[in-house]
Amino acid sequence: MNSDRLLDIRDLQVWYRVYGGYLKVLDGVFFHLGKGERVALVGETGCGKTTLMKTILRILPQPESHIHHGEILFKGKDILRMNYAELQRVRSKGIAMIFQDPTAALNPVFTIGTQLFEVTKHALPRSEQSKDHVSKIVISVLKEVALPDQERLLRNYPIQLSGGMRQRICISMALTAPRDLLIADEPGTSLDVTIQDQILRLLKELVRSHDTSTIVITHSLGVARDIADRIYVMYAGRIVETANSLELFSNPLHPYTVGLLRSVPKITGGGIASGIPGHIPDYLNPPTGCRFHPRCPSRMDVCSQKKPGMYHVSPNHFVSCFLYGEKP
Amino acid sequence: MNIESLKTNSIVVFQRVKFLERIGKLWYKFSRNKLSVVGLILVLLVVFSAILASWIVPYPQHAGAFVDFDNGFSPPSGRYLFGTDAFGRDVLSRIIFAFRGALLMPVVVLGIAVPIGVFLGMFAGYFKNTRIDTLIMRMTDIFLGLPPLILALAIASVLEPNMTNSMIAVTMVYWPWYCRLTYGMASSVHNEYFVIASELTGASRFHILFREMLPNCLSPVFTKMALDVGWVILLSASLSFVGLGEQPPTPALGQMVSDGSKYLPEQWWVAIFPALAIVLVILGFNLLGDGIRDMLEIRSD
Amino acid sequence: MILLEIKNLKKYFEVGRNRKGPIYLRAVDGISLSIEEGETLGLVGESGSGKSTLAYTVIGMYRPTGGEAIFKGQNIAVEYSRRPLTLKKEMQIVFQDPASSLNPRRNIGQIIGLNLRLHRKLQGVELQSAVVELLQRVELSPDYMYKSPMSIGGGEKQLVAVARALAPQPSLILLDEPTSALDVSIQAKIITKLINLQKELHLTYLFITHDLSVIRNVANKIAIMYLGKICEIAEAAEFFQNPLHPYTRMLISSVPVISEEEERLKPKKYISSGEIPSPVNIPPGCSFHMRCPERGTRCDTEDPVIVEVSKGHFVRCHLFRQGNDLCKDHQTESNI
Repeated sequence: MNSDRLLDIRDLQVWYRVYGGYLKVLDGVFFHLGKGERVALVGETGCGKTTLMKTILRILPQPESHIHHGEILFKGKDILRMNYAELQRVRSKGIAMIFQDPTAALNPVFTIGTQLFEVTKHALPRSEQSKDHVSKIVISVLKEVALPDQERLLRNYPIQLSGGMRQRICISMALTAPRDLLIADEPGTSLDVTIQDQILRLLKELVRSHDTSTIVITHSLGVARDIADRIYVMYAGRIVETANSLELFSNPLHPYTVGLLRSVPKITGGGIASGIPGHIPDYLNPPTGCRFHPRCPSRMDVCSQKKPGMYHVSPNHFVSCFLYGEKP
Repeated sequence: MNIESLKTNSIVVFQRVKFLERIGKLWYKFSRNKLSVVGLILVLLVVFSAILASWIVPYPQHAGAFVDFDNGFSPPSGRYLFGTDAFGRDVLSRIIFAFRGALLMPVVVLGIAVPIGVFLGMFAGYFKNTRIDTLIMRMTDIFLGLPPLILALAIASVLEPNMTNSMIAVTMVYWPWYCRLTYGMASSVHNEYFVIASELTGASRFHILFREMLPNCLSPVFTKMALDVGWVILLSASLSFVGLGEQPPTPALGQMVSDGSKYLPEQWWVAIFPALAIVLVILGFNLLGDGIRDMLEIRSD
Repeated sequence: MILLEIKNLKKYFEVGRNRKGPIYLRAVDGISLSIEEGETLGLVGESGSGKSTLAYTVIGMYRPTGGEAIFKGQNIAVEYSRRPLTLKKEMQIVFQDPASSLNPRRNIGQIIGLNLRLHRKLQGVELQSAVVELLQRVELSPDYMYKSPMSIGGGEKQLVAVARALAPQPSLILLDEPTSALDVSIQAKIITKLINLQKELHLTYLFITHDLSVIRNVANKIAIMYLGKICEIAEAAEFFQNPLHPYTRMLISSVPVISEEEERLKPKKYISSGEIPSPVNIPPGCSFHMRCPERGTRCDTEDPVIVEVSKGHFVRCHLFRQGNDLCKDHQTESNI
């Protein structure tokens, strides 16, 4: 069963060296994705999802970062132990990344054409790297993301385009060659909600038609519900709950997930809950045991003493909470 | 809630702890680069030897009017570590005394140029796009258009050659840079929401300029000051090299190099050691300046 | 009692010139609305809609290009430097980005203290106890007084900004996207706090946001803006149950929701399309016509005027006439 996982992250622990010690950001993350699956990673600011994403591609800031423990198996091989050549192959052909801020992801001094060309060229095998072939592919992906007037667009600079168009171009970069995995970091967050809606629909359609495995990282539960089949909820560097989309929203179990769902305001009215008391932990001196226990309304004694495992509750539904398993 | 007790108990302790913690953090940031620590050591060496010159120097009297032609042009030895010059004066002693002038220069020059430049720059930045802005910045542009050394030479040679006047000359070279630096910072800080918030709520101009804007403009100023110390020393050495600055018999590093250059290469020590001293002092301040820049850097994590 | 009344307010920025004369960015282009004492008016719009510019004009950051603005009987269509201190005391603003609205080189006590010194003339021990009282009101502990804004989280920064706004005991607070930069659990905390404060202190809010789910639960009345003009105004519940303007319907259908009942509330067949044009280049006629799925023959030449379709429900669209829900001589098939 494990061998047909495209991406399998096991017990990942990542720290940052700072004044006074280490920020123990990732505290044993377990995450997996099979071929063709669409998974969302949901978490608020500071939960470590950016660190996790950067670790997968090994673009963590040096020298502060330190991968303390764990493995990231991509198609069976551990990314963390790959040499440079293998890693580059993964980055150009295996995993495509759509960054959060399209303005920052595009180089302002090169034309769109130049940038798309580069990305496409490196994703293709040597035999297919001719100028004509690459140009054809570039035009066709621009059409796929519904950008009009492709020839002229290639001559434009990023600054001449709107936010929505830039985001579409970043998405098109991911489509230039068949890739195994697509990671989208907060797609559309920096854009207006109507544009974000268009981008998300586009992404959904493309993922469906290309049958690409996708990880969508987001802080919005609404976006996760819309786009993913399975959802991981992350808090303070650990996965606290994971379930199929429908199941998570109809039957949330972890107290954090419950608190989060209650905090989301609804367009049907009904008022807003008062949030989750407390604040995210200090990674320098994180709470012992379960990292959520200081804020948890269902806190028990054991919660400050031991770290909970991942307890199986129903098919694909796991919770990391002593309320659901391993009572001492 | 008794404010007095609150204050005396928790807050004072809180502030003291915070202070130590801040020093610790700053040192951490500073010492990450080993060269900065080297720079700090060099600078401390120079500063302390300059302060304690009269006590630690082997031949303190050689720094004044002293002649001993019998021991003139002695090569470096156990007795005269850096040798002696044409007048028989110990080069090492004179170098250490020359450090005093060398260090006094940046203290005075920056002590005057920086406040002038910063205040002018802040006013110009606050009153951006008005006549005050134009007046101040065009004046700054004029000064900046002239090469620093030429400007310093021109001013110093018009005035009587002495230490004070060479300080005036160098100060005139430096204030425009701080003015422009602060102008840039002030114009952008003026548009920050926290400044706008204070303006909207009715704060006075004085408050906006000195309580809200100024503290946010100072970081690059301090960094630049640390790096400028080296340049000021170099500039003043250049001035004293051509005789505009400290007059003999008071030793000045540039003057010593100039005098000693006549006797190269046979009596090399008379010029080379002062030159090396200049290099080391400036190197020390530059490395220290890098470290200070790292220390003041705000990291986004 | 009406606290703030805006009539046909305009704010144009000159961004260049061409042969025909100056080129204007029409950020606010004839806005009329009013806020009753004690109520929360929600102002909704996407980027480029002009909602922030409207708030900044009301607070005095900009001088209006035209129109009227009246607060408690006073004319406030002037810049802040020409406003009396008493007016500044009555009206305060909370900005969107908490990090840049607090001076990093001052501590929180000083930041809040400024307003207390200026408007309530407090000093010394009285000042300090007032700061503590305000901190407690926003549920922050008193030792925050000596903290730097850099050392606290985003949500707490916003609470400080709110405390600062409350310090002069104002009647009206403008909130410009106060929680857009915050996580959802912190947003919930801040908004609950704001609602409670409003009840306790009898405050009036002008709440600006692009987040429809938030505004549904905060505002009594909602106005939606597009390219400097109002599209629709209605009571909150009515706004969502019976949205009339095509842009409103498009916006509501784009909200990512988390429950089936919300999905059912969304207008069907109103998929969002197109992008907002630049406010320098506003399309002729109705500014929304290029993206509008209900576009008719008049829409690209004639700008609609605002009409009251039912009590308290105003729309600016050729589809609707005064008192009618649907205008019969509109030339398209409507799916409403």
